[in-house]
Amino acid sequence: MDIASWLISTVSRALAFGVPLLWGTLGEIYAERAGVVNLGVEGMMILGAFTAFAVTQSTGNPGLGLLCAAGIGALAALFHAFLTVTLRANQYVSGLALSMFGLGLAGLLGRGWEGKPLGTPLPSLTIPGLSRIPVLGPMLFQDQTILTYIGIFLAFVLWLLLFRTRWGVAIRSVGESPGTADALGINVTLVRYLCVVFGGLLAGVGGGYLSVAYRPSWTEGMTAGMGWIVIALTIFAAWDPLQAIWGAFFFGALYHLSYRLQAFISPELLKLMPYLFAIVVLALSGFGGRRIRRRAPGALGLPYVRGER
Amino acid sequence: MKRIGPFLLEPRLSPSRATVFLVSALSVAVALLLASLIFWGYGLNPWRAYAAIGRGVFGSWPSFSEVLRRAIPLILCGVGLTLAFRAQFWNIGAEGQLLAGATAATGVALFLPVPDGLRLPLMFLFGFLAGAVWAVIPALLRVKLGVNDVISTLMLNYVMSYIVEWLVHGPWKGPTMRGFAYTDAFPLSARLSYLPGTRVHWLTLVLGVALAFVVAFLLARTRLGYEIRVVGQNPDAGRYAGINFTLVLSFVMVISGGLAGLAGVGEVAGIHWRLRSPAHISMGYGYTAIIVAWLARGSPVAAIFTALLFGLIFAAGDYMKTVLNLPFQITGVFNGLILFFLIGFDILMFWRVRIARKEKEGVWTSQAGS
Repeated sequence: MDIASWLISTVSRALAFGVPLLWGTLGEIYAERAGVVNLGVEGMMILGAFTAFAVTQSTGNPGLGLLCAAGIGALAALFHAFLTVTLRANQYVSGLALSMFGLGLAGLLGRGWEGKPLGTPLPSLTIPGLSRIPVLGPMLFQDQTILTYIGIFLAFVLWLLLFRTRWGVAIRSVGESPGTADALGINVTLVRYLCVVFGGLLAGVGGGYLSVAYRPSWTEGMTAGMGWIVIALTIFAAWDPLQAIWGAFFFGALYHLSYRLQAFISPELLKLMPYLFAIVVLALSGFGGRRIRRRAPGALGLPYVRGER
Repeated sequence: MKRIGPFLLEPRLSPSRATVFLVSALSVAVALLLASLIFWGYGLNPWRAYAAIGRGVFGSWPSFSEVLRRAIPLILCGVGLTLAFRAQFWNIGAEGQLLAGATAATGVALFLPVPDGLRLPLMFLFGFLAGAVWAVIPALLRVKLGVNDVISTLMLNYVMSYIVEWLVHGPWKGPTMRGFAYTDAFPLSARLSYLPGTRVHWLTLVLGVALAFVVAFLLARTRLGYEIRVVGQNPDAGRYAGINFTLVLSFVMVISGGLAGLAGVGEVAGIHWRLRSPAHISMGYGYTAIIVAWLARGSPVAAIFTALLFGLIFAAGDYMKTVLNLPFQITGVFNGLILFFLIGFDILMFWRVRIARKEKEGVWTSQAGS
């Protein structure tokens, strides 16, 4: 295999592997912009992955499978929202509980489905015209599913919504200073609920992508810590949907390379790369001064009680 | 103050110990009740299933001793986590720290040429150090570079887990183990002895309980313990008072990770007598210990008892798997549910419900207003 075709397939697969990370990160960005950390991404993704697989396998319709995955992710996130927004429980612990619960439940329900290949995966697209461009065509416009393009499009839309509309101002002010937002007549509880549930919806689709598109099958624990990488990416992207695109595809490349380089380095050592890199990347952004940390939403992680400061 | 029908909700600043205990017990009970739906799903009568598990686990000393055996790593990790949580350091990395300890102990057991009598003490020493080093990294990363502690500790779990996988598949793979991904078995001098008729490696158990009291003393009665509590409860005041955050958090994580490391030593020297795949060494003790510490409300001594409760859940999981033929993943669902209800019911501790007529409230408000 010559270098050009190696490069082409590597970029193409890195793009494909970055998709679940992108969807998950976009969702988490919205939840955290509204001031709610959701460490349950891993749990929501694995529940999404299982649901998408089970529904697609039963009905033969991957679209329906992804829709149900979105629903399950949203439902799980609703639970987190109820605990953290209404009952004001600790956001970290609630998210961890959600991840434990999701991993356990998906493992439990998925036992009968283990290892079976999916009959009707989400079809890959070849974009007419664009895929003919030399090098770039096969890199970006072949063998991707529709979720790759929707994900990137969504990042732009969500960026516009967040930074160029009144709704975006409402979301950001709820995350920055809920007391002020409340005084301005913004319904803090509602905004937080909506953002957390929306985050869960995207995480569910991200998980579903894994089991019906990227690797059309179901194995227990198939998210393999991607949900935690998403949390790191949210910080790395400085809570900005557009930067999430680069971050997600960078880590997609890392994940993919850890399979690709197995001929040269032992696979176990390669598999730890993305996790090590997540720490390194966060540490490096720490060296860059307090620039990124200053961009964290001011009320991140804090429950809002009207009348308390 | 809030009114719902005839009920008046009053805020309560510091709940009594009895309230804390009752609310915690209630949340565990409700979680178990909800979890019984799973038994329905598998066509079992939940009541009978719980009864069978109860008989199975408490029925005989050897089976009950499994509760103790499972509780040992949970006590060590849980006590360490109470310390970290008191300093508001989110150590989600006990799993990786445990594996680090197990790895270091294996290194000493198999490759270090030392007299037999020194082997076990050195295994505990190096196990502690390995866990401590693995835990100090995130502490320094947070203090020096502002790296989020949840992320760094979690990521290090994965890193350590793959290092162990690499060791048992590669350089440390035992030549006598044929195709299996194990190291060679430990020499006899590197194995812990059991309580008769059980798999309870009592030395680790004694160590865990003793260290729980040491940590409790440290927190309540020493200057350093005071500083740890200040760092956790009011970091701004701590900074103003000139507390050295680097030092305090590093110390907290040395102890927290060190204890998890000791748990890892206990598992390889007491149960497996070799290093093998991480899922077999730990089975999620490090994650479960988070719930142990949370249920103990930051008290190291209480963590002994909450660890026993989760030891019971693990032992019940074993029983369900072998006798009732239910998958072991059930324990994960149980753990998640318990944690959910635990934090969900927290609000009950800080609100007191009282029945009161409308006028009374009016009088109180007007007095307060005047």
